[in-house]
Amino acid sequence: MKSNSNLEKLLASGKFAVTSELGPPKGTDVAAIEKKAGYLKGKVDAVNITDNQTAIVRMSSIATSKILIDLGLEPVMQMVSRDRNRLAMQSDLFGAYALGIRNVLCLTGDHQKFGNHPQAKGVFDLDSIQMLKMVKAMRDEGKVLCGDEISGGFEMFIGAAANPFGDPFVARVPRLAKKAEAGADFIQTQCIFDMDRFSKWLAGAVDRGLDKKVHILAGVTPLKSAGMANYMNKNVAGINVPEEIIERLKGVAKEKQADEGIKICVEQIQQIKEMKGISGIHLMAIEWEHRVPEILELAGLLPRPVV
Amino acid sequence: MAQRDDLISTVPDPDPVMKLDPVPGFEPVIASLCCHYCSYVAADLAGSMRLQYPANIRIIRVPCTGKVDIIHILKAFESGADGVYVSGCEEGSCHFKIGNLLAKKRVYYAKKLIEEIGLEPERLEMFNTAASQGPRFAEVATLMTERIRRLGPSPIPRNVAFVNGEKEYEFVPDN
Amino acid sequence: MILAERKPLAEIIELIGDARKVLVLGCGTCVTVCFAGGSKEVGILASQLRMAASKAGKELEVVEETIERQCEDEFFEGVKEKISDADVVLSLACGVGVQTIAELFPEVVPLPGVNTTSFGRPVEPGVFVEYCAGCGDCLLALTAGICPIARCSKSLLNGPCGGSENGRCEVDPENIPCAWHMIYERLEKLGRLDWLDKISEAKDWSSSASGGVRIDIREDLREIKLES
Repeated sequence: MKSNSNLEKLLASGKFAVTSELGPPKGTDVAAIEKKAGYLKGKVDAVNITDNQTAIVRMSSIATSKILIDLGLEPVMQMVSRDRNRLAMQSDLFGAYALGIRNVLCLTGDHQKFGNHPQAKGVFDLDSIQMLKMVKAMRDEGKVLCGDEISGGFEMFIGAAANPFGDPFVARVPRLAKKAEAGADFIQTQCIFDMDRFSKWLAGAVDRGLDKKVHILAGVTPLKSAGMANYMNKNVAGINVPEEIIERLKGVAKEKQADEGIKICVEQIQQIKEMKGISGIHLMAIEWEHRVPEILELAGLLPRPVV
Repeated sequence: MAQRDDLISTVPDPDPVMKLDPVPGFEPVIASLCCHYCSYVAADLAGSMRLQYPANIRIIRVPCTGKVDIIHILKAFESGADGVYVSGCEEGSCHFKIGNLLAKKRVYYAKKLIEEIGLEPERLEMFNTAASQGPRFAEVATLMTERIRRLGPSPIPRNVAFVNGEKEYEFVPDN
Repeated sequence: MILAERKPLAEIIELIGDARKVLVLGCGTCVTVCFAGGSKEVGILASQLRMAASKAGKELEVVEETIERQCEDEFFEGVKEKISDADVVLSLACGVGVQTIAELFPEVVPLPGVNTTSFGRPVEPGVFVEYCAGCGDCLLALTAGICPIARCSKSLLNGPCGGSENGRCEVDPENIPCAWHMIYERLEKLGRLDWLDKISEAKDWSSSASGGVRIDIREDLREIKLES
């Protein structure tokens, strides 16, 4: 065991894992965290805590992760390279471990221009792959980046993100391989709508045996409406919602679109469950956490196994 | 004014300037930078056809409107012109191929520069006139005069054009 | 060359304030090539300043001069007097030139007329793009001549990130190509994609601007002062 986290134990036992996501509040409103956590508790195996997502200032992922532990859930602490240099990152990782956090996800992070402080200086001291390497060395060699030894233990289950839909397509599987080599134990993909392209990417990964090196969790997001689908198509890089899905949503009355979106999501999960090389799903239902239990129920993923 | 694809002008359609009232008693001074191959010929032709066009226009002949640089436009305003227009060949017929297209880009850029100073960008425009279009030359001259009459005198006093202590050309009104 | 863009006129006018005589000093090197501060631009700005001052009813004498380069002391010989004569000196040189004026003429407060941005080149007439970040530890050999520090918006060494779409960078898809997309394409053409198999280690930023002021001392070139 690398970290003894619940997520690790579940994946190691070959069970289909379910992770979800929680965005911290844009301030100190702990009650908001408690509310969202309430929907997810017991329904998912671990919860990603985002780190100033989209470069909008929110409560730190380390603090929010600790709050989640106190509430009885297991966090996956996300860490971006945009806001912290290697000193701050390693320092936060020590603190995270001391506070009981055992899963971390290393990301580059959205450029600050997209957020509410576009004048901020973007750090980008390391990129996500260098971060993975750094955390792995902290865990497996007990050393920080400069080679000094860490006083005390450090166990962490290390995650990374993968985008099967990014460009150039030829770079995507080699990039996954690089992340695996750098130190990723598990991967969460960007949310999937284009099953064809995803299958191609997955086949490429399985071909290289990458599904044996890292646990791949497929990202899914339920669509609330046709409008949301169109918005994501236009504004979110790397997300392509196929026409047929948009047509399906448009085909029902506006008040029924959310339910249709849930149906589509459940169908997607069921398709993904059958794919070779997939170890689980990462359900991203931002600001829709209260419908996560329903989606998982319909997809036949409840109750969650206990390891 | 008749619009053909190759005879454009930078004046928007509809033209908000024409909605203003002319300033009574004001006779504008307008610099017209005309290319040798088309617009200047059209000006000559307008003259031989005895077409009436306003005396407010001061024609400056250039070999091609592509020769007109930003500084020339600014110096015209600095020397007291109330309005300036660049007049070149029809698009596609420029004797030097793209001279009038280069001029158009510079006119748009110069509009921004004069706006920075506080001059209305509508004081500067570009027109295309073929060599055979005597009447059009007169039409353009009349149009610009009417527009500048409505914009009023340039807020720049006339004695501003100095370079290193030497007075440059000054546009002087006739009366 | 060094890229710069002229400051908006309103900002320059505010910097000049109540001065009655301004020297607009251009530079004949980098800012000439990027059309921000050469003799042409000095003429344009001077014309604008005269007109703006006159419109505002202000007295303003604008003197125009351009020297070869403002980063080297020797080129200021010919304009020493004009600099001392003026109330203010508005330099259209890059930040280096403006500071040289401050050093050579301690009683003068030089004003910057341009915003210096980066090291770059004109990829086509009128389009000036940043190409080099001055990181002090050049790795262009690894990426077949395309710099990810300067041309990737996140300075990734193991790119691209998820924001690369259709070969464009999501920070400004209209204007910024994805550097890593270009690197992949180039290496693919050269048959050298294997260069990207190796993970690029964390960069040593100590030689870059963040590591402290860079000073290069060449003893072999330093002055010999004879004792008299």
